[in-house]
Amino acid sequence: MFAEFLQFLFSGITVGAIYALVGLGFAIIYNASNVINFAQGEFVMLGGMGTVFFIGLGLPMPLAVLLAVSLTVIVGFGLERFAVEPARDAPIVTLIIITIGASIFLRGAAQLVWDRNFHSVASFSGSDPIMIGGASILPQSLWILGCTVVIVIALHMFFNHSMTGKSIIATSHNPLAAKLMGINTSMVLLMSFGLSALLGASAGILIAPISLTYTGVGIMLGLKGFCAAVLGGLGKPMGAIAGGLLVGISEAMTAGYISSAYKDAVAFIIILAVLFLMPNGLFGGRGTERV
Amino acid sequence: MKSLFKKAGLTALVAVSAIGLATGSAKAEETIKIGSFLAVTGGASFLGDPEKKTLDMYVEKINSEGGVLGRKLELIVYDSGGDPKKAVPFAKRLISDDKVDILLAGSTTGATMAVIPIVEKAGIPFISFGGAGVIINPVKKWVFKTPHTDTLAVQKIYNDMKSRGISKIGLLSGSGGFDKSCRKNVLDLADGAGMGVVADETHGKGDTDMTAQITKIKNSAGVQAMLYCGFGGATSIVAKNFKQLGVDIPHYQTHGSASKSFIKNADGGAEGVRLPAAALVVVDALPDSHPQKKVASAYKKMYEAKTGSEISSFGGHAYDGLMLAVEAITRAGTTDKAAVLAELEKTNNFIGVDGIYTMSPTDHLGLDEASFVMVEVKDGDWKMLK
Repeated sequence: MFAEFLQFLFSGITVGAIYALVGLGFAIIYNASNVINFAQGEFVMLGGMGTVFFIGLGLPMPLAVLLAVSLTVIVGFGLERFAVEPARDAPIVTLIIITIGASIFLRGAAQLVWDRNFHSVASFSGSDPIMIGGASILPQSLWILGCTVVIVIALHMFFNHSMTGKSIIATSHNPLAAKLMGINTSMVLLMSFGLSALLGASAGILIAPISLTYTGVGIMLGLKGFCAAVLGGLGKPMGAIAGGLLVGISEAMTAGYISSAYKDAVAFIIILAVLFLMPNGLFGGRGTERV
Repeated sequence: MKSLFKKAGLTALVAVSAIGLATGSAKAEETIKIGSFLAVTGGASFLGDPEKKTLDMYVEKINSEGGVLGRKLELIVYDSGGDPKKAVPFAKRLISDDKVDILLAGSTTGATMAVIPIVEKAGIPFISFGGAGVIINPVKKWVFKTPHTDTLAVQKIYNDMKSRGISKIGLLSGSGGFDKSCRKNVLDLADGAGMGVVADETHGKGDTDMTAQITKIKNSAGVQAMLYCGFGGATSIVAKNFKQLGVDIPHYQTHGSASKSFIKNADGGAEGVRLPAAALVVVDALPDSHPQKKVASAYKKMYEAKTGSEISSFGGHAYDGLMLAVEAITRAGTTDKAAVLAELEKTNNFIGVDGIYTMSPTDHLGLDEASFVMVEVKDGDWKMLK
């Protein structure tokens, strides 16, 4: 009985951590610009497919991962510079639509450059499951959890203890005041896109050995990550993490204890309920208006 | 400015009439026109792409060998992008503008079903490459299809299970069209086959982890085997999860998993999985005495040499469709639509790559359960079971 519960928990935490990483990406860009970047899922895809591509070239795994992340970050920069920046003064809705367009473009381009097949990536350290309390967990799941923790700590340090991080936070609170204080706000936006791309690519690479990767992998993961971000309170990094884990675990528990047919429905019902009772999300503050 | 437009208009007019002349002269040669709309791009391109390549390849081959009835074949293919809504205007255009003699088309069940009313009204033989049984059941006068149905696959699986003394299964299925249709067949056929479905779990599109569902199946009372109805990458994820959980009951999947990438992407998890597959997919594992061995390996060889990519069962549907059409036209000695229809229905013991077709006015598929071979994954390859 307990073993069963543990198994569902492992399953939930693993996918939940991935949703959290994707959700973090949404949160960071939203913070810096109030834009919801719907191309976030494509960053996930680029991370996974990029790794497959570079491994296919015969490069060793660590180098391939590094190149795939760099590629995605460059695409993130490009997205900001060539798609979002030129329309900077347009209403937020326009910017969001631009990111949707960019997402379709990136997916299409990836299908042209690569292919539409599913690809597997070798697990980082073997695929023999580890038994804990009667439930099994893959070494890759531990990698996912470990990396997520490291990334979250690193982000925390970055935002609270580095000048660049602090300037991003400052910009998110009041762009005009930040600009007057000498912060290069357009640089901040660029940074935030790069950072989100980095997170997305990491999520895509971490999950690839478990879930396989293909050019459409970002659609569903992007959507779930978005749910995580909304659930936690848009723009709250810790909220996105809590939201991601909550969505992942509730999915697994529903599939395990109620019925897999209602798995997605229950996750969405939780989101609706939370937003109904706490319109600003789990971690959202009490409606502070941004001026 | 005005004269510029005039000039452009004139050029266009000349160009159009040149095209007109070109088609006019083509008509004089009396080609046999084969019309097709396929999901060459889009989400179902893994179907349409090998189908188009197969048709191109074999039309060229047949033409280089003198054509059919001494006339060359002319293939007209439109890309429906897998969208049934686009298939309809293409079908209309093929019938009324291109005036094709026969339709070999429809990568998906959706696209096929959408054009059936038009085809029936126009009265033109139509061989579909769509999967589901609903295409030919109930029988529509002008509509045929080549791929096996999932009903046949499920029957095959049930027979294998019974031979191993399995009578209680846990079912897991995805949420795509194929998955749902397969699930329905598993449930509908269970009673007749004396099988009990003790767990009925599903997973969503794009799900990355099915361990929760499989744990539930594993812990269902009395479960003796797991059957997975699904397609594409999810098949490998299920196999991986199954292995991760150390489930020790037999694991069955369907012909939706019958591709080498299933084995490769499952990272060892596919070992021991049993599934029904078209002879084409496992042609190397077939004994020489197998009736389809010759046809299937010839097609495989040609396809892989010309395209450089691995064979898929989907291209085989197009191969069979084309060959059935060519046979029927040859026997009819004309492209008269009613005569071709009558000959298609008389198809008897025609050896294709998908199976051995024997059609009749009441059976527009002509395959039975024997067109599947039961295989087990062993040492990373298919092994044929008795």
